[in-house]
Amino acid sequence: MTPTPISAAPEAAVAMGGPFLFWVCAIIAVAGAVGMLVSRKAVHSALFVVMTMISIAVLYISLNAPFLGMVQVIVYTGAIMMLFVFVMMIVGVDASDSLVETLKGQRWLALGTAFAFAALLIIAISNGFGSIAPTGSIEAANAQYGGNVQGLAHLIFTRYVVAFEVTSALLIVAALGAMMLTFRERFAPKVSQEEMSIERFKRDKHPGNLPGAGTYARHNAVDTPALLPDGSVAHESVPNALIDRGSERAVNRADVDEVRTISEGFDYVDGDSVQLDEEEGQ
Amino acid sequence: MNLTSSLIASGQESEAVEASVNYAMQASGAFTWMWLLIAFPLFGAAFLLLAGRRTDKWGHWLGVAMSLASFATAVVMFFAMIASPDADRSQTLHLWDWIAVGRFEVPIALHLDQLSMTFVLLITGVGSLIHIYAVGYMAEDPARRRFFAYLNLFVAAMLLLVLADSYLVLYFGWEGVGLASYLLISFFQYKPSAAVAGKKAFVVNRVGDIGMSIAIMLMFVTFGSVTFEGVLGNVGMASETANTWIGLMLLLAACGKSAQFPLQSWLLDAMEGPTPVSALIHAATMVTAGVYLIVRSGPIFEAAPTAATAVIVIGAITLMFGAIIGCAKDDIKKVLAGSTMSQIGYMMLAAGLGPIGYVFAIFHLVAHGCFKANMFLGAGSIMHGMNDQVDMRRFGALRFVMVGTFITFSAGWLAIMGIPPFAGFFSKDKIIEAAFMHGWIPGLVAAIGAGITAFYMTRLWTMTFTGKARWTEDNQHPHESPKIMLIPIAILAFLSVSIGFILAYGDAIINWLTPVTGYAEQETVLNHYIIEYGTLAMVIAGAVIAYLQYRRDVPITPPQHVSALTTAARRDLYGDAFNEAVFMRPGQWLTRSLVFLDSRVVDGAVNGVAALAGGLSGRLRRLQTGYVRSYGLWMLIGAVVLLGFLILVRV
Amino acid sequence: MTPEYYIILSAILFTLGALGFLVRRNAIIVFMCVELMLNASNLAFVGFANQWGNLDGQTIAFYVMVVAAAEVVVGLAIILMIYRTRRSASVDEPNLLKF
Repeated sequence: MTPTPISAAPEAAVAMGGPFLFWVCAIIAVAGAVGMLVSRKAVHSALFVVMTMISIAVLYISLNAPFLGMVQVIVYTGAIMMLFVFVMMIVGVDASDSLVETLKGQRWLALGTAFAFAALLIIAISNGFGSIAPTGSIEAANAQYGGNVQGLAHLIFTRYVVAFEVTSALLIVAALGAMMLTFRERFAPKVSQEEMSIERFKRDKHPGNLPGAGTYARHNAVDTPALLPDGSVAHESVPNALIDRGSERAVNRADVDEVRTISEGFDYVDGDSVQLDEEEGQ
Repeated sequence: MNLTSSLIASGQESEAVEASVNYAMQASGAFTWMWLLIAFPLFGAAFLLLAGRRTDKWGHWLGVAMSLASFATAVVMFFAMIASPDADRSQTLHLWDWIAVGRFEVPIALHLDQLSMTFVLLITGVGSLIHIYAVGYMAEDPARRRFFAYLNLFVAAMLLLVLADSYLVLYFGWEGVGLASYLLISFFQYKPSAAVAGKKAFVVNRVGDIGMSIAIMLMFVTFGSVTFEGVLGNVGMASETANTWIGLMLLLAACGKSAQFPLQSWLLDAMEGPTPVSALIHAATMVTAGVYLIVRSGPIFEAAPTAATAVIVIGAITLMFGAIIGCAKDDIKKVLAGSTMSQIGYMMLAAGLGPIGYVFAIFHLVAHGCFKANMFLGAGSIMHGMNDQVDMRRFGALRFVMVGTFITFSAGWLAIMGIPPFAGFFSKDKIIEAAFMHGWIPGLVAAIGAGITAFYMTRLWTMTFTGKARWTEDNQHPHESPKIMLIPIAILAFLSVSIGFILAYGDAIINWLTPVTGYAEQETVLNHYIIEYGTLAMVIAGAVIAYLQYRRDVPITPPQHVSALTTAARRDLYGDAFNEAVFMRPGQWLTRSLVFLDSRVVDGAVNGVAALAGGLSGRLRRLQTGYVRSYGLWMLIGAVVLLGFLILVRV
Repeated sequence: MTPEYYIILSAILFTLGALGFLVRRNAIIVFMCVELMLNASNLAFVGFANQWGNLDGQTIAFYVMVVAAAEVVVGLAIILMIYRTRRSASVDEPNLLKF
């Protein structure tokens, strides 16, 4: 790359937005990365990563790369991270990760090495940038073809067109590969709704819904069994856990009579039977 | 006029004749077929070994036919060579390229000149006779076909050795001879002594082969070539030190093959093989290879007086060594083996003398090939008739029951002693004379050796053929051998009588070989006549003493209270004991300590490294906990270290 | 504010994300930490773009977002799969890759 003829001052390379924006975004990004590292739950990690990525997108825009910033939001946070969450749904959202290390010494070695790596990188960057002056202006480059998107398009479809074609092929192959990997062959014909209901009637004593608890009960609570129209007690209406615990409430004799009266067509008001039709007619 | 001079119109030319062999001439005419010489017996060996039992009935005749075919080819070549002028007698046949690396080229090529021709005739001629003899001798052996296959292989390897055009091809034949001798000496594999003897011959030969391979390497380093042409033609360009070392290494090789001191120990044990094998090893093949090597490499030894002197010393020592052993042995074959050692010692001595001796070394080699084969086959004939008995103390009076064997053996006996006009007289006396040309010590050793030779050969002859019969009762019915065995012996006996005269007549052998080996004469330190008659007197004295001593009754069990020299000679002059004490024990000790070093130090180090790596890994793998977070921590630590380092460097 | 502060903020956020990756066991939270680290690097990119006066850094940040989206889709699908088979979303559970 030949140096651009414009004798660009170092200020030309300064990103827009100023230090404030940078520091806010940088702190959010690092916090998100650290959060991803220490979260026990994968969903939390994913959300932290989204946080980091959005702040990076903001930094892209501040670095005069608005197209990449948008793509970052749409592709990364919108598509890729959602794909992650989708897979987590299949694998199990609540499968929280034990943070106890199983490999001996792995954690401390990893921490030490990572620290050394970061330190060396920072030293190298600090040393390098001290001596190299920026060349050219990104604004000028953006403006050359009328905007950032046009400039990128010009590069992608001229100098990097082969890479573009290869990448598109890669995408197709990846899509096909994912389908191949996740495809499960069905060995039996798909069961229809009719067959499923027939199967259920054959199998279950109660094909329909179980009676709801507390029907016709003095105490409208889950520990009171329902009464059937003939006055008998429906134990199935009480959750099994309560029955096991012995918390099923007893039913009054009067309640049974009341139910039987109602089921025979009489309104029951304080021990007297009233014709139900009349009541409804009103 | 002394005897030799009367029979040999000795070369009056006092000036030395330089060797002028041409190694570069391409073969033409009949000589283009010289590969057949090797191909016939090689085909016989391969066919008999591969064809299996189906050929059991007639396989031995194939072996004989192949050997005879090779001999016939050799004869054709011989006449072709005689018909051509001297300049055309050296022919080289290029068969194919073997090694071609940069400027280093070794073709498979055959070279035939007068020297090779002599050997080829001896090998195929005597070899064929031994083949024929073996048909009768091995008649009852179930593995006769295999035996003939090995015999053919032996002949083929030996022919390759003498026909080679380079030291590397010669080495190939050299090893082939070693292999064939191993297979034949341990032919009776079921006998532990035979198996051990074969192994011993093989191992001792390997010691010599080390010398051969080192010599070839030195030649390559010094001359950049291993062909005869490249080495022998350029001897003058190398330093004397290089020539001396090459010469000494060649001598070591020759010692191994020719059973010269100090590598002589295998020869006596090699008697475990069937008798035709002994005849083949001692007369036609194997032991003559060393002499051939020294004579062929003559220019190197002429350029290195130290090496030449070493050859003379080795020859002289072995000459006496073999003769002394021969005097004390009771085993007929071992006496003959000691005699071979001694005679090869004569040849080495002559070869070491340089141009004054080369011709006579070869002359004696040919004569010896004839009469030693004759005697070995005669000994085989005796064993055949005596139920494989070899102890001379249990022979005696065999002249009446084995007339043919007796007559032929006597011819060999007279020939080896050097009684005129038998073969040994012409060849051995010329060696003794040449030795006196060199100096007193070799001359006296050679002359005394002749006396001892007469003693032990007469002892053998007397104990075997004269005196009272000391046969044991265990089914010994001495009888004459069949004709198929006697005829080859008769031919060899005829040669024993006549070959010396034939070759010496008109200096035939000298004129024949001079172009290859060169020839020279010098003044002897002693008068010719004194040498001639003195040697003859010593021979007769030795023979008479032996006859008088062993004509009387010989105890069947050897006497125990004898002089220290006799005891030593009975034990091969402590050759084996020396080898065991000096080489085998320290070698064993060295091997044991090396094994200890290997198992404790080397293995300990290797296992220790493995254990260290294992232990370290066992601890390091504890880092692999399987926990992603743990790995992540390590990554972060790594990043911190890297970052810290970068900052430290930058700031 | 000079961009220096933005970069230092980015370093702090990145370190916090890394620390969270090391100490948290819930796979979903671990994943969020990874996202936080990506966001921190994006912030550095945008800050540098501001420093050098051109839009390349912003473009890179844009691409990082797209890739992160793809990554999240697949990563979450994997977490779902593991949860289905092991009934747990802890990153310490699937330690079968140990020695």
